[in-house]
Amino acid sequence: MNILVCISHVPDTTTKIKFTDNNTRLDVSGIQWVINPWDELSLTRALELKDDASCGINTVSVAHVGPVSAEPTIRKALAIGADNAYRVDTEPLDAYQVAAQLAQIVKAGAFDIILCGIESSDYNGSNVGGMLAEFLDLPSVSGISKLEIKEGKVHITREIDGGKEMLISPTPFVGIVQKGIAKEPRIAAMRGIMMARKKPIQLVDAVQTEPLSETLEFEPPKPRPACKFVDPDQPGKLIELLQNEAKVI
Amino acid sequence: MEKKDYIKSGEFLVRDSEANEIFVPEDFDEEQQMIAQTCKDFLEAEVYPHLDQLDTGDRELMKEILKKSGDLGLMGISVPEEYGGFGQSFVTQMLAAETIGAGFSFSVAFMAHCGIGTLPIVYYGNEEQRQKYVPLLSTGELLGAYCLTEPGAGSDANSGKSTATLSEDGKHYILNGQKMWITNAGFCDTQVVFAKIDNDRILSAFIVDSDMPGVVIGPDEHKMGIKGSSTAQIYYNDVKVPVENMLGDRGEGFRIALSILHMGRMKLGANVIGAAKMAITDSVKYANERKQFCVLISTFGAIQHKLAEMVIRTFAHESAIYRVSKDIDDLMERLKQRDACDAGRAAIEGISHYAVEDAILKVYGSEVLDFVVDEAVQIHGGMGYSAEMNVERGYRDSRINRIFEGTNEINRLLITDTALKRAKKGDFPLFEMAEDLYAKPDQLTNKAHEGEGYFEEKHRYVKNLKKSAMLVIHGASKALGRKLSKEQEILNNIADIISEIYIAESLALRVEKTDASRGENASLYRDILDVFIYDAAAKVQKMAMDAIYSFVDGAEADKVAGAIKTLSDTKGVNVKEARRRIAEKLIDDNTYAF
Repeated sequence: MNILVCISHVPDTTTKIKFTDNNTRLDVSGIQWVINPWDELSLTRALELKDDASCGINTVSVAHVGPVSAEPTIRKALAIGADNAYRVDTEPLDAYQVAAQLAQIVKAGAFDIILCGIESSDYNGSNVGGMLAEFLDLPSVSGISKLEIKEGKVHITREIDGGKEMLISPTPFVGIVQKGIAKEPRIAAMRGIMMARKKPIQLVDAVQTEPLSETLEFEPPKPRPACKFVDPDQPGKLIELLQNEAKVI
Repeated sequence: MEKKDYIKSGEFLVRDSEANEIFVPEDFDEEQQMIAQTCKDFLEAEVYPHLDQLDTGDRELMKEILKKSGDLGLMGISVPEEYGGFGQSFVTQMLAAETIGAGFSFSVAFMAHCGIGTLPIVYYGNEEQRQKYVPLLSTGELLGAYCLTEPGAGSDANSGKSTATLSEDGKHYILNGQKMWITNAGFCDTQVVFAKIDNDRILSAFIVDSDMPGVVIGPDEHKMGIKGSSTAQIYYNDVKVPVENMLGDRGEGFRIALSILHMGRMKLGANVIGAAKMAITDSVKYANERKQFCVLISTFGAIQHKLAEMVIRTFAHESAIYRVSKDIDDLMERLKQRDACDAGRAAIEGISHYAVEDAILKVYGSEVLDFVVDEAVQIHGGMGYSAEMNVERGYRDSRINRIFEGTNEINRLLITDTALKRAKKGDFPLFEMAEDLYAKPDQLTNKAHEGEGYFEEKHRYVKNLKKSAMLVIHGASKALGRKLSKEQEILNNIADIISEIYIAESLALRVEKTDASRGENASLYRDILDVFIYDAAAKVQKMAMDAIYSFVDGAEADKVAGAIKTLSDTKGVNVKEARRRIAEKLIDDNTYAF
């Protein structure tokens, strides 16, 4: 079996997010980029399955849709243990474009399990996995918190409201993964870092697609207003502020 | 034809470098950044969740974490590939040291193993010794320690009383003695032990296995900080050490000990950057959450001043660390090619050559960190004094840096002594240039050149500080002759002047080299440089004046002092606003991201 993990390149969660061009685009200056945490967990689980000889995994590949600036993130995935990588050289504007580009990689390869994180920590769209399955006309399972391979069959546990659902999926299929699938992301070992430079990143030309959505504006949360002091001798003032300004009474 | 000759240790006093000649942290490549990220990820996953438990002195836990770092390959970063390591450049080694430096006690245990516990065998071991020990040390299968200090032999390391006597059959050295302050003592498998053979005047070095009969390891010391690192005494009672375990030649131990200290000082200089950046981040996060008088304390000028100064000193020190690291890499390469040194010998020769700089960076770096952690506690107020906060641990853990790897007092003496000795040896024409300047102090001027640009002005200031240093060095040498070596206060003044110059020049070159790529942030880095040079000039003037009036008086003293005042004069800087702008970036980022 071969696994493909789709990885997104997102700002580190500690990054202070700023926008540019009238709040229509993310200001990427000074951003520290990382692998989307859900994708990183998918990759970790894929590598765990490969480490277990009984699962019969031959290769773990990663795929990314984005410009060359994302290559350090891809190489980190290779350093963690992925065998090879694909990068579609385009700057997607929405999830539809990402899924369309990923679909051509899957179609050109021979992948049995295609894993996507349930969302990306930048735009939190949760669209790519489902759209990708639709492009490929493959079954998909979302919310996967456990993924095992027993006697050549893929056993899945998914989180549902108030409990869990266990199922077996045929392959190939698209797995949409949430936290819990692996304990902790792997740390790139020195040997992995050294080997990453020798592993191939295959550049794939983008197919022509148009985005289905357009971002009008991003609105950052409003800063919290400064607290006001009220003189203890003026309880009426406090009531007035609570009524008219805070509007809580 | 050979390119421009490499810059020798201490030569910066008389030779100016150009910005494009130096390495700056902004030059790290993707692989180096990935290695740093691995070190950071490791601390977050394996060290930070256990800090409290480690500080109870849990030797087994420390050993387990060290072994995990070995599994990741972190212990092999400095080890050549032929001995199972990853043979990384010195710049990369220093970047890893910087990152691990934020690991509190773990950092001390890890650095002791990877540095003084492993590298003496890499650098001085014969092929059999290297093959036997280094591959296992580089993966953490063996853990190492370094045993030099004795109850009566600290800074005066060669005065140790441990002895090694050849057995009658000539197969063993019988080792007797006592070592103290041994990092990793509690769980080490191998030790590099220094002792004198028979009545030798100079130490020899031996590789001792901890399980050799007669090796007795004492309980851990109760320390002010770095409580998680095992520090104990080790006793040697008629320990039979095979003769093939002698490291280097008989009597080479003291040279090995000193060389290893050079390496340790350099790495300490990098460690403190990681710890300082962490304390700065902790401080700004707290200042961005803590409200008093209804506003965040990060809005107060007094707090902003502290935050900015913490950044300025850390950034400046970092500039010097990576500058010299690349100089060392270049020299190592040269030694390998020109002198056909093996990688180990080339490494230690390269590091030891930069003895002036390693002492500067040890002293300056440890004092920057002590300043930073002190201000970090202060910014946290009462909470900073609580053991719940990281800054409390950081404050205690920092203090040892001014003591180990040679006290800062010893290192200050070394800065001056080594620089003057290298100049006397002919490495660079310090005394010739100094004599010329001292002959005509009233002719020294400090005028801007016509059309002088921003960086030219800064380099003029640094150049003038170098002239001040030369005036003091020549004046002291002339007035005191050999007695200068006994005048430690003056030697310290000179050491501090030399240090300030090296750091200021490194910072100026870094800011210049990166200026164009900073975009709209460029002015902020110029702010850092403005404040630093402004302060450095004032400090150099004060130290130079203190020195001058300590060895000459009357008209001669006044004349030289006048020249120093002229040379230290810099354009006024609105340091309040500059510091506020630096602090604003830190406050906005809510983390150290300079």
